[in-house]
Amino acid sequence: MSDVEERVKKIVVEHLGVEPDKVVDNANFIDDLGADSLDTVELVMAFEEEFGVEIPDDAAETIVTVGDAVRFLEKNKKS
Amino acid sequence: MNATRRVVITGIGLVTPLGGNAETTWRRLIAGESGAALVDAFKVDDLPCRIACMVPRGPTDEGKFNPDDWMEPKEQRKVDDFILYAVSAATQALSDAGWAPSTYEEQIETGVMIGSGIGGLGGINDAALLVGEKGPRRLSPFFIPGRLINLAGGYVSIRHGLKGPNHAVVTACSTGAHAIGDAARLIQWGDAEVMVAGGTESAVNRLGFAGFCACRALSTGFNDTPTRASRPYDRDRDGFVMGEGAGMVVLENYEHAVARGARIYAEVIGYGMSGDAYHITAPSESGDGAFRCMSAALKRAGIAPSDLDYVNAHGTSTPLGDEIELGALQRVLGDAAAGVAMSSTKSAIGHLLGAAGSVEAIFCALAMRDSILPPTLNLDNPSVDTPIDLVPHVAKPRRVDVALSNSFGFGGTNASLVMRKVEA
Repeated sequence: MSDVEERVKKIVVEHLGVEPDKVVDNANFIDDLGADSLDTVELVMAFEEEFGVEIPDDAAETIVTVGDAVRFLEKNKKS
Repeated sequence: MNATRRVVITGIGLVTPLGGNAETTWRRLIAGESGAALVDAFKVDDLPCRIACMVPRGPTDEGKFNPDDWMEPKEQRKVDDFILYAVSAATQALSDAGWAPSTYEEQIETGVMIGSGIGGLGGINDAALLVGEKGPRRLSPFFIPGRLINLAGGYVSIRHGLKGPNHAVVTACSTGAHAIGDAARLIQWGDAEVMVAGGTESAVNRLGFAGFCACRALSTGFNDTPTRASRPYDRDRDGFVMGEGAGMVVLENYEHAVARGARIYAEVIGYGMSGDAYHITAPSESGDGAFRCMSAALKRAGIAPSDLDYVNAHGTSTPLGDEIELGALQRVLGDAAAGVAMSSTKSAIGHLLGAAGSVEAIFCALAMRDSILPPTLNLDNPSVDTPIDLVPHVAKPRRVDVALSNSFGFGGTNASLVMRKVEA
């Protein structure tokens, strides 16, 4: 597991209160992990904080699975 | 159309500075224990008041409040404690009442009327600092829904599937009493069969403390002896002690309660309201607002002042307010004063602000159940002579058939509830 993947999964587990083994690459935040629309907003904010990036709303809308987040942050992370 | 239906209390739930549930709170209250202590949860060394009555957190089997029993940790992060306390007390009350609406019909006939005096002050404080430091993009989407006062009722209704009237009261320190009175009226008019009603508060934080200190409302002379600070009617009283928690009742149409064989604590037979139209924080010196409020509640109940056994006072331990309330009650009672007892349970749990009225109504119901009056602690030297028994220091056995609970709030908003014992 890459460093980014590990940090993303930790944030998802903490924020959504789900079991770590459910946080797999193709897990959809809303359909598979029980998040609602406000949870996803908060998740994106947590990613921004952790990785020192700003994720514009149009980019945030494309981040719907764990893997989407990992790939976006691999590409754009600053810290 | 007539509002003629009888309304009874069939369930109670408490989160108070004396415990995480009703029975622990009541046992310690009757034992004369105090929930006041030096504050260590936040910085107070630069404030004139350093003491408060806070909800004891810890294991449930020790009678303490364990947040994880009531809300998942990830949900707790999203809300202020007033919502957490409300969910706990409401869940306790519904369980106590044995009422778990499952059919659509049961759900739509069950509503919520839960208020708070102040709401999510702690969260507002933190969010304002965060936005100042890191900018608005760091603000959680749960900031607003986790602070709004009616979200206490919102969370309770979602948790338990309550689809009837969904309303919230905000009348400062009268909130809990108004919530019960207003909810009872909804049942009387047939808007609901069952209502979860009460108040909740969690303003014991640095901002809330500073605010009430600025109003010169808090006790400042007992920082070294916190349990002696809340002393209603005593000549050395010097302000109230802040408390936190929640009190919820399940109110029910009497016929509905009887039909399902529910245990009945008491009937809500009277509800009176008045406004002082005098001052934003001080009670009107004539006691006119309190007098009219109690009189209206007795009139609605259709009883004489001499029928009263017990009054749970607003009695916050402020120099001005206690004697004004006492004078107003004496005026209401007239010759009947010598036969009536009044105590202030704020002497033990502090002032729970928006939760005070509902917590204290529950104490009235328990006084009826157990035929015992909770004491007024620290009443060493009453500041005035009165024929009314103020139940100093220790609880007193007494049969209670009719009880009245007073609540008076900033803005000059007053509420009195009258409850009567219902024989099984």
